[in-house]
Amino acid sequence: MMERFYNPVLVKELKLRFRSFKSFSGLMFYLAVICLFIAGFLLLTTEFTGKGFFRPDTSFMMFAVLTILQMALVLFITPSLTAGAISSEREKQTLNILLTTTQSSTQIIIGKLLSSVAFLVLMLIAGLPLYSLVFLFGGVSPSQLISIFLFYLLTVVAIGSIGVMFSTITKRTIVAMISTYGSIIFLGGITAFFFFLTMAFHQMGNNISSTSFMSYFWASINPGALMLTLISPELGDELVRLSGVELPVWITYLIAYSLIIVLCLTIAIKKLRANMKSNR
Amino acid sequence: MIEIRDLTKRYGSFTALDQLNLSLEEGVVFGFVGANGAGKSTTFSILATLLSPTSGDALINGKSVIKEPKEVRKQIGYMPDFFGVYDQLKVDEYLDFYGASYGIGAADRKVLIPQLLELVNLTHKRYDYVDLLSRGMKQRLCLARALIHDPKVLILDEPASGLDPRARVEMRDILRNLKSMGKTILISSHILPELAEMCDEIGVIDNGKLIAHGNVASIQAQLQGEKRIVIKVTDQLNEVRAFLEEDPLISSIDLMDNRLEIAFNYRGTNADQVALLKKAILANLPIYALSEEEKDLEDVFMAITKGADNQ
Repeated sequence: MMERFYNPVLVKELKLRFRSFKSFSGLMFYLAVICLFIAGFLLLTTEFTGKGFFRPDTSFMMFAVLTILQMALVLFITPSLTAGAISSEREKQTLNILLTTTQSSTQIIIGKLLSSVAFLVLMLIAGLPLYSLVFLFGGVSPSQLISIFLFYLLTVVAIGSIGVMFSTITKRTIVAMISTYGSIIFLGGITAFFFFLTMAFHQMGNNISSTSFMSYFWASINPGALMLTLISPELGDELVRLSGVELPVWITYLIAYSLIIVLCLTIAIKKLRANMKSNR
Repeated sequence: MIEIRDLTKRYGSFTALDQLNLSLEEGVVFGFVGANGAGKSTTFSILATLLSPTSGDALINGKSVIKEPKEVRKQIGYMPDFFGVYDQLKVDEYLDFYGASYGIGAADRKVLIPQLLELVNLTHKRYDYVDLLSRGMKQRLCLARALIHDPKVLILDEPASGLDPRARVEMRDILRNLKSMGKTILISSHILPELAEMCDEIGVIDNGKLIAHGNVASIQAQLQGEKRIVIKVTDQLNEVRAFLEEDPLISSIDLMDNRLEIAFNYRGTNADQVALLKKAILANLPIYALSEEEKDLEDVFMAITKGADNQ
């Protein structure tokens, strides 16, 4: 039974990843940034303001900023982990040998993706003890934290799929990396810009009561916006009210990112054996 | 075992392979000879299911590389001309990874890996990192990897390139061993004498076309319209020369005064050659040896490819 689910590429990638110093230095960098942030935040809110105490709503504030920070860090790290998935094999001249084994294209792509996602999950889990500080001071419910982590996971898999896809269709890792960062800039930045733009147009039209699908759409595929609505659901309600679309943001996000995953992985699987007409 | 039919590969207007036809029996060691860019690697890539042909097909053990690539992959062990290894992976882990990639169970892999390492003389390197091995060792490790699923056919693209003479001899010994195990082996090389020793059949490819195919001797015979004969005499070199000049089947006579030898090209049959020898002895010429100069494969290859260019 174990053999059926055994993915050789996944096992090999995990082995290679955890043997490289780069992975540990990456993990250390990630935790250091979060530690620095928390320490700085605590100092700012207690020492310098002269209050000397910590209120639950300040704790909530810390949670909110920490969540956004962690999302930004994950978005920053994911491309470097996934954009080399296939192209680095090509550059190291190991891809041809891998493609002559009896592993299917799907198995290879999924193995590559899962190994990167596994490392990112490890990162998120390694950051959990730091999150526990938030619980120490109260103000946040565990269910909120769980939903936030599930959406981290969804986002990581989606960005990872984009990385693997670019890694498969471009010849070089550097190109794949730039393309993946470009996609993140689009999802995280350009969508926000479009949201404000469409919102402004919508409000200029004076019909506040009518629905604005476009502004809702741009906001709901933005990871930052989603995180904000998860942290404080009132923001989500406000967006629904403003745009007039009666669908919770997280559902749209879930659908959009699932589509991204399916689409990118399908392209990657199809293009892995690009020189073969049939893709088996 | 291997059946290549009208295999053609075009890249835009460039034809890398031009209607290649080839049929090989099981257990044959086939040497694929040709200059760089002649189409050897393209043919091997198609057989290894890495590349689709523009037209035509190739069957390996009855399975089509186009219709059943996965079945073909089970039948072949492929070693590319250029390949890399993973850093930070040990020799046994390297083989374990590829074993798993062919769906071999963990227990079987444990048994197989030491056997394969023994076959390629790498037992002592089992726990070393692969990227620290020498070129020759990497080459042998790659061969072990190609053998892990016990394929019937081995496709080896330039297995001896870049190896020092000792590593080359080791590689040749391993290939002999594999031949005795009954594997059908396809080897490409531009270093011909190496192939001649161990191949049952040789194919010469030039500009994407198979211009000769057969065993080493028959290819040589096919190409040698004229043989080069050397006569050794005790003296009377000039008399012998005058005698030879009378024969219309003889041309390009060269005297080697210092060695008392005469070399010439001969167009006649073996029977003609007997008659010539008889005549020479009856004429009391002091000939003590007559031999045919062996052309090596290199000469043959040069002759064939030159001929093809002129067409």
